[in-house]
Amino acid sequence: MKKPLLRRLKGRRVDEMDSITSVAAFYILAAIIIGSAIAVIALKNLVHSVLFLAITFLGIAGIFMQLSADFLAMVQILVYAGAVCIMVVFGIMLTQRGGMSNSNLFNKQVFASGGVVALLIAVIVFFGVRSGSWAVSAVAVPQDTVGNIADLMLSKYVIPFELAALLLLVALIGAIVLAKEVKAK
Amino acid sequence: MIGPTHYVVLSALLFSIGLLGVLIKRNAVAVLICIELMLNAVNINLIAFSKYITPTDFIGQIFSIFVITVAAAEVGVGLAIIIAIYRNKLSVDLDEFDWLKW
Repeated sequence: MKKPLLRRLKGRRVDEMDSITSVAAFYILAAIIIGSAIAVIALKNLVHSVLFLAITFLGIAGIFMQLSADFLAMVQILVYAGAVCIMVVFGIMLTQRGGMSNSNLFNKQVFASGGVVALLIAVIVFFGVRSGSWAVSAVAVPQDTVGNIADLMLSKYVIPFELAALLLLVALIGAIVLAKEVKAK
Repeated sequence: MIGPTHYVVLSALLFSIGLLGVLIKRNAVAVLICIELMLNAVNINLIAFSKYITPTDFIGQIFSIFVITVAAAEVGVGLAIIIAIYRNKLSVDLDEFDWLKW
């Protein structure tokens, strides 16, 4: 009876103490994410774009940490910043002829698309800020995220889990078939 | 204090940057990269709502694991398609992919 109360009190005090640092961490991470995402689409060298893409993914992993999803932060670093970036670099190296310096240019619809997206940002941010109050739950996320995810994944969500495994197998075979050398007839 | 609105606005900005990249890029690999940015924006949303609305159910975190799975499969198949097209056309410029036009 005594211990949970103590822990709750301690947790609250830590939360209050951490609020300034967590606000600062959120804004620093958000600045890193948005800045390097803009660099991904603005740079002219595709390899530099992938470098900034990796930085974006690491920043998003930091945001996941802040949202107390530590398992997903690790998955983000392993799958996105590790595997996906390396695979994209392989794809670039196999499909670029000549220099890399102008490998990531804009097409002719820059201004029309930019207008559409600017409008979209304005609408989303306007409604996002205005809608204001969500029904925020006061309960904290349990510490043992991996255990909880594993329990749910193998009980309630076991069919989607098996389907995801099947999807990965099909994608693996499909990628091999598509990328295989075609024999000349 | 940081609430769900901050995360929603962050992920909306990231999604819009990714959408802009999909619309204005000429290189097919760059378009794949920007689709990854959009999927990551969705993941931020899912996990933020998982923390603030249903903290003990883990629905958002499980959903974002599935999103990551589908994104990994999508990158693999997408790059294989781009390599197969490059073998025929010797180019990855999306403006030149017009075989289906008539």
